Amino acid sequence: MSKKLRTEPQIKDPDDFYARLIDLHEGLNSVESNSLNCKLILLMANHIGDRETLDEVLNVVRKYRP
Amino acid sequence: MRGVRQIYPFERPPELDTDDRVRLPVVIVGAGPIGMAMGLDLDRQGISNVILDDDNKVSIGSRAILWSKRALEVLDRLGCSERMLETGVTWNLGKIFFGDSKEPVYGFNVLEIEDQQFPGFINLQQYFVEEYLKEEIDKRELTEIRWENELTSIDQTADGATVTVSTPQGDYKLDCDYVIAADGSRSPIRKMLGLDFSGETFQDHFLIADIRMKADFPTERWFWFDPPFNRGQSALLHKQPNDVWRLDFQLGWDIDREEELKPENVSRRIRAMMGEEFDFEFEWVSIYTFQCRQMDRFVHNRIIFAGDAAHLVSPFGARGANSGLQDVDNLGWKLALILNGKAPADLLKSYNYERVTAARENILNSTRATDFITPKSEISRVFRDVTLELARDFEFARHFVNSGRLSVACILDESNLNTADKDTFDSTLVPGSPAVDAPVTINGRESWFLKWIGNEFTAVYFAEDGENAPDSAAELEKDSIPVRTLVISGQSETGNGVLFDHKGLLRKRLDGQAGTCYLFRPDQHLVARWRAFDLQEIRNAVARATMQQTSGETA
Repeated sequence: MSKKLRTEPQIKDPDDFYARLIDLHEGLNSVESNSLNCKLILLMANHIGDRETLDEVLNVVRKYRP
Repeated sequence: MRGVRQIYPFERPPELDTDDRVRLPVVIVGAGPIGMAMGLDLDRQGISNVILDDDNKVSIGSRAILWSKRALEVLDRLGCSERMLETGVTWNLGKIFFGDSKEPVYGFNVLEIEDQQFPGFINLQQYFVEEYLKEEIDKRELTEIRWENELTSIDQTADGATVTVSTPQGDYKLDCDYVIAADGSRSPIRKMLGLDFSGETFQDHFLIADIRMKADFPTERWFWFDPPFNRGQSALLHKQPNDVWRLDFQLGWDIDREEELKPENVSRRIRAMMGEEFDFEFEWVSIYTFQCRQMDRFVHNRIIFAGDAAHLVSPFGARGANSGLQDVDNLGWKLALILNGKAPADLLKSYNYERVTAARENILNSTRATDFITPKSEISRVFRDVTLELARDFEFARHFVNSGRLSVACILDESNLNTADKDTFDSTLVPGSPAVDAPVTINGRESWFLKWIGNEFTAVYFAEDGENAPDSAAELEKDSIPVRTLVISGQSETGNGVLFDHKGLLRKRLDGQAGTCYLFRPDQHLVARWRAFDLQEIRNAVARATMQQTSGETA
């Protein structure tokens, strides 16, 4: 059960954000995209900052590991 | 390359000419920095000791070169820091480089608090430190080094140990209460006892080239990730005294060791790094791999392990010798109290607990640094490179960059020797922290706070203006484990032996409002503190810190 991680919809105009996210990778190969994604992760993680929330994110995502 | 510095001649031990067996309180095995510092610490506590070493000289090659602020504070207490500061190269600044850019990604300062006696680090070849320790031992009455005296067997009895020592002129036996194994990473004693040393060996090689050259680089630690002169690997540059520089090149796992060590190949690497026209001579060249390992327990009845014999880390972070010296700091006073019958042998459990915990912390830090420097997977390398890219622009990313978390003093906050705070303090220190330094004056002379605490329990009392030590302080000095009271004045030079906190920094760093009392252990770690000087509270805290069965009025 999530305690601090908000999983209900948060983002206004989700289609627009999603399109921008994909657009960010326009024309890049997978190595370049991977690098950009890592930058996204680090910037967003630092913005969240709170360790409990971050640990929850990791635990949620861990469940999707193949 | 440089040869051996000096041979210390073998001297025939008296035991070879008599059947009388002498019983010593402590035999130390290994005259490296840890063994010798251990001897000096016990000497200071009035405990006779003999240091056995199978060799007849100090270490060859620069080996350990970084001495941390806390290590210097320990060595200062043992009387060896002055010459280290004179000879050593002081540095506080580090720079991180990444890829082709000649501009650093960022710089950092390892000394977080200014106005302390010692810098964040000094760089000094290990053989200098060993020579200074040896010279100090030569001046002492209770410590003796025996060169070319090799321990060949060890037998534990119920109340001590007997060691067999082999010398060029014959063998002899020594009885002692305790043996301290400071016999290095390959510890023969650990092997004789068949004890564990678990951990991992890292699949990587590093080339150390200590060279002599004239260069006017600033005195800073420079670290490169993936530089053009060592593609895909890392490199490190450090200055040492006498125009010696340490270059450390990561080589990777799959190398031809002999080929890499050929002078022409080392020279090629150096010129690629420093420039083609570069003039230098070799001082020491070595290829190393490293391991992170530690013993489960450092105390095995009458045999106590310290330094590399007990724990081994990668060099990134300078946590080897610097943590070994903290072992010494932690062990000396405890062993002395036990040998003097003032504390139960159980007090050694706290050495075990505190230093095993510290070793785990060091290994964790060292392993994480290694994983950043040598990413173990493709995605780990991507994150590493992305972190370094972001670090140019964002401070948050610099906090992820790990070229070795440099050794800082260990905080023993989980130790059950501590008495928990009942009052609140606005200070970075918590019970278990080493004391923080600050400039003071005493009888008009400038000095440092740390010079006035240590070797015994010290109650530091922040006095009202004009006030002297509380009356009960005299009683504490007469206790079986005496407590010395040190009065801090914030206003003026009020009396003999009173420290004047002329810049107000001690008061600030310890939140030392008038009436506040800090109790420090003999190794300068904070163990309890209150907003008033209370005889019974202090006695209880000392009893707790020395594992007494009963503590004054309360059990």
